[in-house]
Amino acid sequence: MKAGLDVSPELFNAADKEDKNAERIRRPSIRYWPDVWRRLKMNKLAMTGLLLICILGVMSFVGTKINGFTYFEQNYSLINSHPDSVHWFGTDELGRDLFTRNWFGVRYSLFIGIMAAFIDFFIGVLYGGIAGISNRKVDSVMMRIAEIIYSIPYLLVVILISVVFSQAGQGSSMFVLIFSLSLTSWVPMAILVRGQVLQLKESEYALASESLGADKSWILKKHIIPNTLGPILVNVTLEIPRAIFAEATLGFIGLGLQAPKSSLGTLANSGLAGLPVGNSYQLFIPAIFISLIMFAFNVLGDGLRDALDPRLRK
Amino acid sequence: MKKYLLKRIAMAVVTIWAIITITFILMHSVPGDPFRQESKMPKVVYENLHKKYGLDKPLSEQYIIYLGKIIRGDFGDSMKSRVETVNDMIKRGLPVSAFIGLEALLIAVVFGPALGAIAALNQNKWPDYLSMIIAIIGVSVPSFIMGTVFIQFLARNIEWLPIGGWGSFRHSILPSIALALMPLAQLARYMRSSMLEVLGQDYIKTAKSKGISKATVVLRHAVRNAILPVVSILGTVATNLIVGSFVIEKIFGIPGLGMFFITSINNRDYPLIMGTTIFYAIILVIMLLIVDIAYMLIDPRIKLTKEGR
Repeated sequence: MKAGLDVSPELFNAADKEDKNAERIRRPSIRYWPDVWRRLKMNKLAMTGLLLICILGVMSFVGTKINGFTYFEQNYSLINSHPDSVHWFGTDELGRDLFTRNWFGVRYSLFIGIMAAFIDFFIGVLYGGIAGISNRKVDSVMMRIAEIIYSIPYLLVVILISVVFSQAGQGSSMFVLIFSLSLTSWVPMAILVRGQVLQLKESEYALASESLGADKSWILKKHIIPNTLGPILVNVTLEIPRAIFAEATLGFIGLGLQAPKSSLGTLANSGLAGLPVGNSYQLFIPAIFISLIMFAFNVLGDGLRDALDPRLRK
Repeated sequence: MKKYLLKRIAMAVVTIWAIITITFILMHSVPGDPFRQESKMPKVVYENLHKKYGLDKPLSEQYIIYLGKIIRGDFGDSMKSRVETVNDMIKRGLPVSAFIGLEALLIAVVFGPALGAIAALNQNKWPDYLSMIIAIIGVSVPSFIMGTVFIQFLARNIEWLPIGGWGSFRHSILPSIALALMPLAQLARYMRSSMLEVLGQDYIKTAKSKGISKATVVLRHAVRNAILPVVSILGTVATNLIVGSFVIEKIFGIPGLGMFFITSINNRDYPLIMGTTIFYAIILVIMLLIVDIAYMLIDPRIKLTKEGR
């Protein structure tokens, strides 16, 4: 007899109950975003950044009200006063309260950064999505155009637009700033989205949806965009500090927000004059705010990237 | 290879043309007239001035003339300075800016990757944390703030180095460090993650198991492979350096091209703004082109025949 046929009836007994449970998944299944959030929470630096953003965001509304001064009120009897119990961050060369002005600066800088990033997101997703889902010819033309736009140096364009649309020595309006900041910076987003779309539209679930009769826009909206949200989110988070930095640079070279409004860049610019005469607080306070905002968004963006990276997932 | 190069160069030319056109349109859509300020000007003088600067011709003709001038390397006249043309200013400012820019580039390219490599080799130990703190500070603190901090503490308070101005090598130290910090930080972060990836590769293990000394493994096997992707962001680094130089030159009072640019913006000297913008754009586009080509040449894995799709 062959050895392979040597089977006894005992082998066909019912298995133990315990063996049955070996295959069961004990941990509750966790969905994508809660999982990302769980991993983000473990990153202390990123959480510090998130906390900082929340604090700065809340204070940019509360902080402008708590010491009873307005951002435009001038007091010529109290110019360039150092920080004290009345004016907590001191006053500027026109006697305006810098505590209030700085929180307004934080508010405008955050607003400009977030708006610019939002516009980038909107245009980038639309343009990249259309390019990715179109046929090769259209895609190729759209990407060439995007590449040309992108190789135009970012800040040069921003400076040019601000020069053209603002009056000499007065600074730009909020609209012009946001417009010029998002004019060329949507391109990386578009390239990212297009790449993801090209990759995802070959996926099985897109094919399944198509075979069930879905049209391109449905597939894009329901299947592809939700699956690219992770990298897009990282990009948006890192776009905000870039825009804030660009705006601060603009303000610093005298093209920032129109007075008496103040962004952190314009505050630093006017603070520069106070440096040689010993009023360094006028420069360093907005400088610290700019750095804090940049820091917070950068570490949050990095943390998000790590949390979303499937290679780091265990 | 040749085909790719030609295509890439053609793209660069189209980009420069696009920039010239955009700049031209923008600068001519500015409301107002450069000679309107002197309103008491007799009509004949006004018309003659217009004729001298070619403003009496239709816009399309002005555009062709301007394009022709740029091709011949003539960036036009300044409106405020009647003696110096834009070319004169470029000639005067460029060597100064280039000196600081190259010094900053050198600092960033030497210390950035080194910092990143050290961090990766000591992952999650103190050198890693220290260099990443430096990198985070470098990315978070804008160069203009770095510059003013340097002036306040290193030049004014302890008088190590001159506060500003231009003249000797000592004058260039603080501005180039301030300028280099952000690119340095970017390079360090990039190098760190690239190095970490390389260190996990099998060929590093093989090299180690062959008994090669640690220094050789790191230098010949790890760093050489890790530096490749870092080369690709040199274009961004160059852009940051140039843009950073506007502000740094303003703070330190350095008579470079960046300062002329800022001054021309504050004076609303449109021909000068146009000229310098286009000049900057050309430099940047050429630099990006060089970085791209260099990257292709360095990395044998990139197939030039592929479209990169």
